[in-house]
Amino acid sequence: MKYLDEFRDPAAAQALFQEIARTARRPWVMMEVCGGQTHSIIRNGIDQLLPPTVELIHGPGCPVCVTPLEMIDKALAIAARPGVIFCSFGDMLRVPGSAGDLFGVKSEGGDVRIVYSPLDAVKIARDNPHKEVVFFGIGFETTAPANAMAVVQARQLGLKNFSMLVSHVLVPPAIEAIMSSRHNRVQAFLAAGHVCSVMGYWQYGPLAEKYHVPIVVTGFEPLDVLEGIRRAVKQLEEGRAEVENAYPRAVRYEGNQPAQKMLAEVFTVTDRTWRGIGVIPASGWALSEAYAEFDAARRFTVEAIRTQESPLCHSGEVLQGLLKPNQCPAFGKECTPQKPLGATMVSSEGACAAYYRYGRFAMPESLQPLAPA
Amino acid sequence: MCLGIPGKVIEIYEAAGVRMGKVDFDGIVKEVCLAYLPELQVGDYTIVHVGFAITQLDEESALESLKLFRELGAFEAELAAEANHEVP
Repeated sequence: MKYLDEFRDPAAAQALFQEIARTARRPWVMMEVCGGQTHSIIRNGIDQLLPPTVELIHGPGCPVCVTPLEMIDKALAIAARPGVIFCSFGDMLRVPGSAGDLFGVKSEGGDVRIVYSPLDAVKIARDNPHKEVVFFGIGFETTAPANAMAVVQARQLGLKNFSMLVSHVLVPPAIEAIMSSRHNRVQAFLAAGHVCSVMGYWQYGPLAEKYHVPIVVTGFEPLDVLEGIRRAVKQLEEGRAEVENAYPRAVRYEGNQPAQKMLAEVFTVTDRTWRGIGVIPASGWALSEAYAEFDAARRFTVEAIRTQESPLCHSGEVLQGLLKPNQCPAFGKECTPQKPLGATMVSSEGACAAYYRYGRFAMPESLQPLAPA
Repeated sequence: MCLGIPGKVIEIYEAAGVRMGKVDFDGIVKEVCLAYLPELQVGDYTIVHVGFAITQLDEESALESLKLFRELGAFEAELAAEANHEVP
């Protein structure tokens, strides 16, 4: 496919690996922020082919993984109500709440539906005027314009039976939280390409300056990821801390202006709890006052929730890059994608799920002795 | 989650007052909301995320990146040849 295949060329990847190995003279630690990048890195074995001087830490950029437990519990409570059709992206259905998940609600008779686009949920609301249709509005900045449009369209259509449970998270405050943690090891960031497609990268200059940390806007194909790493290493070796764009075919400095305008109208910045991490100030979006009537959290009063995480789950440390997934004692034992203890084992973009799927608990296949011919 | 798939715009129209279109992903055609890219034309490439076109793909930048990778490949090959040359 155009714009994909060219960026998967093995010969060019080899050259990039060589260039990175030649440039990285000292050990460096960098974080890829986005779960899509984590998936690409593990699937393509990029982390294993990098020189030992370059360590990748997987960031908290999987929205499914960081959606707070309290919000999952709220979703479970709303979805279980009679007369409610609860719509969600498929990834959310298996995310464990304090007791059960959305699949469980569905199997007990709840009307839980997977949608591809938030506009599908609006359509379901239009087609089911006697039901309350609730959409689980999660995601980073990339997904927010779509969720915003769903609310705007619901208003235009005069729908009174549509609402959204909003749990949006934002990348720049997460970078700030990671950099200001006393446990931090990250020396450079690969910024999430599609977040920047929407938001541009004008927000990152002050962060790069304040923490003297290179931030390289990076795409998702193997060559994109390698180019992001190459540029970050080059900056680190030269003592620079700048914002660079290594994904120019899809990202412009100013981002998508019509989308940003819509986001400013529909959402308002709020403090947000990140699952496994805690509260990060001003790190989320909630519906603005102008759209408060569509807020499912206001429409449905949910009784006080007592959240309970699995005591075996170390996903918080994984999300902060303090622990590699296969260093968790429960990894691949008590915790698997079929029976996840934490959200990082659920989403295909969760670091634990990626490690499990690509067999990172055993010796890599390439290193195992070949069977005799 | 932030997965975006590149595709080619093959049709643009309005539905319920919203700018929509058909996007071709290598043979699979889907309806996509184009509201956030008012300047997108039929024939342009875009990245689609959860049914929304979020950015236009810039051909020139793509070619520039690929050219850089090719040059890097040639440079690395040269270095390797030099290294081989030095070994008696």
